[in-house]
Amino acid sequence: MYISFSDRRGGVTTPPKTAAKVSSVVVSLGVVSMLTDISSESVAAILPLYITGVIGLSTVAYGFIDGLYQGISAFVRIAGGWAADHGDQPKWVAFFGYGVSAIARVGLLFAAGFGTLIAVLALDRLGKGVRTAPRDALIAASSEPENLGRSFGVHRMLDTVGAAVGPLLAFVILFFIPDGYSTIFVVSLAFAILGVAILGIVVPNTRPRAERAALAADQRPPARFRWRQLTDPRLRRLLLGAGLLGVLTIGDGFIYLVLQSRGAFAAAWFPLLYVGTNVAFLLLAIPLGRLSDRFGRGRIFIIGHIALLAAYVSAALPVAGPLVTILCLVLLGTFYAATDGILAALASQCAPPEARASGIAAAQTVVALTRLIASTGFGLLWFALGRENAMLVAAAALAVVIPVVAILLRGVVSRQPAR
Amino acid sequence: MTARRRFWLAAIIGILLLAGAAGYGIVAWAEHRARASAPSEVESVASDVRPAGARIVFRNTALGAGYGLVASVPLSDPSAARSVTDLACDRVYATAAVQSCLHIDRGVVTTFNGTLSDASGRETRSWPLAGVPSRTRISADSRLVAATSFVTGEAYGTVGFATMTTISRTDGSQDYGNLEDFALLVDDVLITAADRNVWGVTFSDDDNTFYATAASNNQTWLVRGDLAARTLTAIRDTAECPSLSPDGGRIAYKKEVSTSVTPQWSIAVLDLATGTETLLHEKRNVDDQVLWLDDDTLLYGLAREDTVGDSDVWSVSADGTAVPELFLAHAWSPSVVR
Repeated sequence: MYISFSDRRGGVTTPPKTAAKVSSVVVSLGVVSMLTDISSESVAAILPLYITGVIGLSTVAYGFIDGLYQGISAFVRIAGGWAADHGDQPKWVAFFGYGVSAIARVGLLFAAGFGTLIAVLALDRLGKGVRTAPRDALIAASSEPENLGRSFGVHRMLDTVGAAVGPLLAFVILFFIPDGYSTIFVVSLAFAILGVAILGIVVPNTRPRAERAALAADQRPPARFRWRQLTDPRLRRLLLGAGLLGVLTIGDGFIYLVLQSRGAFAAAWFPLLYVGTNVAFLLLAIPLGRLSDRFGRGRIFIIGHIALLAAYVSAALPVAGPLVTILCLVLLGTFYAATDGILAALASQCAPPEARASGIAAAQTVVALTRLIASTGFGLLWFALGRENAMLVAAAALAVVIPVVAILLRGVVSRQPAR
Repeated sequence: MTARRRFWLAAIIGILLLAGAAGYGIVAWAEHRARASAPSEVESVASDVRPAGARIVFRNTALGAGYGLVASVPLSDPSAARSVTDLACDRVYATAAVQSCLHIDRGVVTTFNGTLSDASGRETRSWPLAGVPSRTRISADSRLVAATSFVTGEAYGTVGFATMTTISRTDGSQDYGNLEDFALLVDDVLITAADRNVWGVTFSDDDNTFYATAASNNQTWLVRGDLAARTLTAIRDTAECPSLSPDGGRIAYKKEVSTSVTPQWSIAVLDLATGTETLLHEKRNVDDQVLWLDDDTLLYGLAREDTVGDSDVWSVSADGTAVPELFLAHAWSPSVVR
């Protein structure tokens, strides 16, 4: 039984055309994410300076923190998705996740040594892992199915604005106060608390299961969350497809390093290349989300990976220069805009409302884990073949896998939502 | 609560929080201004010319005017008034002919750069760094320069690549590139893991051999590098930021002695001929690339616990017979120019 969207009313006959049709809940969640991202990215951007300059640690320790950063959130994510579905309270599970991260920021004010810093960062990542899937489930629950791509686009745009503003804010503070780390931590805490407050006060607690029960009150008792609700063959194919592509999604860091080694322009701006990617991401998130509503989310997801393929090729091309670097960053931003929110939209289409958060969590975890594998594997290739050749091999593999996944995803999510 | 009330409640909370944060920032800024415009806490003279004669060149960390600028004191009298230039460096190393300066250029867009200058202080070469400056060294004959920086600015998930170390000729005629691209051999096995990192170079006097730290999978090695062959060969475990003695017979390095997650580094000296390692009498955590003042004495920086951003340079005898002494207060990143 996959009645995902048939019982949601409105907007079916006349597809919405303006941004105003995006639910205010989605915009509120976007603002919450934006504030939280300002909070977390302002700290993340200056963390290397802080660790080396104030705590006085060097490279090995920093690498350790970085690895820890990546590992934690993937596994907690599944738990967050399950808790949201099981208790039918996605808002409060997300609230818990945002709250944990905000509390971690308080710890940052008192973190004196390496041990405390690790605990604080681990707590922060824990919160991020917990909140992502319930929040995306709330976005899906608050959107019209025809509008899902645009809703996620609006959310990811606001989210990425936060990711771009955070580092800028931190560096402006450091510009005026060179040792102003405590000021950054205080500002970060203020944004984090504000995000949590807006979530708690403004965002309504959408309860997918209870809502369905109300709509179908005369028929049968509401379905409880069951793991087998995730056995939808469409979801399985989506997970497989996303996993296959994830294994070939090497980290941005590698691409930036190739660019950096090839041209003076990229080398000079190396620490800021990710800002360029973010800007492209935030500009393209809504247009690509809207396109996905019209032409099919699976297609845009595939096109996003074609952009990634083009980014690999542009990085490995024998020509270098400002234009190639900018082109590569725009392609990377296109990739994120066409895949990050769209994946959540696809996953929520492939799971019934009772299991929506779990379905989204499953898809996001598959992608996170396969990308981790990709980074490790690509490191080996990098050394064995050299930068450009390794990049071209990854591009060739991606060129083979993209059509396979395109066939795999065909029919998984048609243009029209499932009936 | 109505939607309107909820909105206003959130707006009021927002205004209170952001006003509070802004107030904190303004107070912190005013305090910083007061500190920076205060006279330096040590006796110092502004100077454009690099003083002649044997001297210690370092980063001045005395609070007040001149903070963060390259300064020097006579080798014979380190407590004399310091001569402070107008060049800001986060890490500096000088020989009689060349000075290498790694600096953070703060701004809305913060960048990181390395700059070489000649004996007259004229800039001869500049290149971008991948992130926060860490170590720099110049060979004794002033022909080779090495720079290590942390790799900053990878926002999305990546594994490894925490440092980047490059070696080039000071005259710009040849760039040996990122040492991560050199073949790393441990017990004759080529290490190809993606998380390889290299940092902390020290040069020998043959213009080809150098020593550095290589790391992978939470292990560190003291490696001997060969510029011509582009190889790094591990010669010992658990040794970081090596520093070759002027006589070329010993290497001092920081050695991880911690048994917990928190790193704790001690200073050790390795005799290259006998392979004997001597741990020195320094119980504090040393996170620096030590420097040989002469064949018997080591210098290294220690952060001050009471003041963020301030540090002192300490000295200790290389044979492990004496306890550390304060060598130069409010200083960091020393080098000896003869």
